Amino acid sequence: MLEKITVKDLKFYYGANLALKGINIPLYANKVTAFIGPSGCGKSTLLRVLNRMYDLYPGQHAEGQILFDGRNILEPGEDLNLLRSRIGMVFQKPTPFPMTIYDNIAFGLKLYENLSKSELDGRVEDALKRAALWTEVKDKLGANGLSLSGGQQQRLCIARTVAIKPEVILFDEPCSALDPISTAKIEELIDELKHEYTIAIVTHNMQQAARVSEHTAFMYLGELVEFDETSKIFTSPRDQRTQDYITGRFG
Amino acid sequence: MSDHTVRAYDDELMEIGRKITEMGGIAETMLSHAIQSLVKGDTELAQRVIATDPKLDALEREIEEKAVLTIARRQPMAIDLRALVSAIRIASDLERIGDLAKNVGKRVVAIDGQFAPQKIVGGVIHISDLALDRLHRVLDAYAHRDVEGAMSVWKEDEEIDQLYNSLFRELLTYMMEDPRNIGFCAHLLFSAKNIERIGDHATNIAETIKYLVTGESMTTDRPRAADGYTPLSTP
Repeated sequence: MLEKITVKDLKFYYGANLALKGINIPLYANKVTAFIGPSGCGKSTLLRVLNRMYDLYPGQHAEGQILFDGRNILEPGEDLNLLRSRIGMVFQKPTPFPMTIYDNIAFGLKLYENLSKSELDGRVEDALKRAALWTEVKDKLGANGLSLSGGQQQRLCIARTVAIKPEVILFDEPCSALDPISTAKIEELIDELKHEYTIAIVTHNMQQAARVSEHTAFMYLGELVEFDETSKIFTSPRDQRTQDYITGRFG
Repeated sequence: MSDHTVRAYDDELMEIGRKITEMGGIAETMLSHAIQSLVKGDTELAQRVIATDPKLDALEREIEEKAVLTIARRQPMAIDLRALVSAIRIASDLERIGDLAKNVGKRVVAIDGQFAPQKIVGGVIHISDLALDRLHRVLDAYAHRDVEGAMSVWKEDEEIDQLYNSLFRELLTYMMEDPRNIGFCAHLLFSAKNIERIGDHATNIAETIKYLVTGESMTTDRPRAADGYTPLSTP
């Protein structure tokens, strides 16, 4: 299995507070890796480090290495706009821009590429199809993105992310604000997307981690406690802390 | 192991464990009584064995229903999931053991009046003692989550198989000696086969215990004696 991203001895600080205490983990290409753990364990932090979202906040810094196709993206001088176009992110709450469905997707495309109107139309359609939203919105591309349902908004955000053709997609609890049907659609979508992208997903829903991922990482108090194949983690984990967490015996 | 945050979950799992123990106790008694009734020709005791079986069937259904409900309600993971799957498997093995003991009881009723010579019954007693011992030990291993204990039962099953094979040949000899022996010898043979099958179910339970505790399934085949039919092929 090809390691698309390799995290090596990663430490992360919120000011003086050490939030990640030396994480080592691979993200395999075209696979889904799930991150589970109680609130505050560092899983969302790790995701935010992977595309250097933390750079937007002063006082936060990372040590160690994140090798993305072999290149350490923590090096100074890394082009962050380019990096974030290659590693896209979808958040817990759907965050469509207050503009039309069409523009929600075209906006990012125009930022990175110089496309003709017909090329742009094609890319918008392609992105909406990949996000399994096309049939639902193709007749109302001029409608405001915020007029869609929560589940549709989340798929619009996924469409916006895939439109700029990233290589990795990070999902931070993408379904926690969605109903079960919308959740199933997103999970189905993740299953489709992994053929083209490398995916990392943070989720509080253990069953979701078990359903969508090939590998699962259990994090606790800023440490990676266990990383293994998902089937192993949920049937016979090695570490007692993992077992206690996934069976509901924690605190 | 520490408790679940949701206490009702612990109660559900413990309740299922208790029912398995109850089934184990009943199955053990059925087997022991079936053997006693066979040895002594005690049809009354045999009838009691037959009458006990529905209780075991009901318990198996109850365990299965409770386990399915817990799976639906709690979405168990890891050790809890293995505990529930194991409970369903072991309940099914114990229910089969009950059926086989009941069948021995029926045969005791059927051979009523024809007294088998003690030396023929001796072989059946021996195989029965072994099966009873395996069942007892494997249930103990389940109660204590004892993989080593379970594996010792698993390894010893070959002994029962071998004993059955020699008993098979012995009974054939008696049948050939005097056709009047055929009736009860056939019943004895089937009884011995039933008891040998009970040994197999005990080894199934041993395998389940290994899975329950370690999460690993048995990958190697159990040591097996040659099949009982082969010695028949005389030139």
